[in-house]
Amino acid sequence: MLGAYLPIIVLLVVAACFGLGSVVVSSLVGQKKLSPVKLQPYECGCEPVGSAQERFSIKFYLIAMLFILFDIECVFLYPWAVLFKRLGVFGLIEMGVFVVILFVGYIYVWKKGALEWE
Amino acid sequence: METLFFSIVAAIAILMSILVIRCKNPINSALSLIMTFFCLATLYVMLEAPFMAAIQVIVYAGAIMVLIVFVIMLLNIRTESGRRTQHALFLGAATGLFLLFQTWYFLSRSSLTGAKGAIDSAAIAKVGHTELIGQSLFTEFLLPFEITSILLLAAIVGAVVLAKKKV
Repeated sequence: MLGAYLPIIVLLVVAACFGLGSVVVSSLVGQKKLSPVKLQPYECGCEPVGSAQERFSIKFYLIAMLFILFDIECVFLYPWAVLFKRLGVFGLIEMGVFVVILFVGYIYVWKKGALEWE
Repeated sequence: METLFFSIVAAIAILMSILVIRCKNPINSALSLIMTFFCLATLYVMLEAPFMAAIQVIVYAGAIMVLIVFVIMLLNIRTESGRRTQHALFLGAATGLFLLFQTWYFLSRSSLTGAKGAIDSAAIAKVGHTELIGQSLFTEFLLPFEITSILLLAAIVGAVVLAKKKV
């Protein structure tokens, strides 16, 4: 049974080895002449300003929340797509009702300007 | 082979869940929780439920963890705050012991694996797991499925009302 998933396991192992390997090899092979400037966190070449852990705006939260909700809608579409031919018109109407109800929510979000970054 | 694989995955899952509650930095806890979700997805695959595994990764490890990380950043929690009080220790120990007793009680009364369900490995192999889920979701559980959309709609409206400055 697990044999079918062997490629995924191999991919995970290779990815983990690549990630760990690059850190380990560069720490073994690379030179270690550390200076205060080198040890600074890299911030696109700019001088770091303040802590990285700043308080984030609630706008991110709203976007994340909307992302989850429409993500769940998409998850329901997968089994429907698999069974599309067998369910036929009945399935189409069923999914139509589901999507239209969520589409109302989408229009609400749009009209309220929740997708705007103000 | 399969038992060995299960043991490894289960051990990682337990280790990561311990890290979730032991880490001082909430972001580290969140990252450990992602790893726990991936282990759960692997266990779903081993239970011949690949669709559930995909959902576990897409919805839990993906979307819900994004939300949790954003909430941690929104509240700007640096380290775990608050002391462990005598009260909390006692309550925790009592709850843990109660749950342990409950588990032991039900395990001693019935078999370890429990009764088999109507759909076995052969049925899943013949029809396919996603097809089986879809079939019951879109025929037998039609009403709950449609009600889900109302629930999602309510959540959308709730999120906008709560997080938007002027609605």
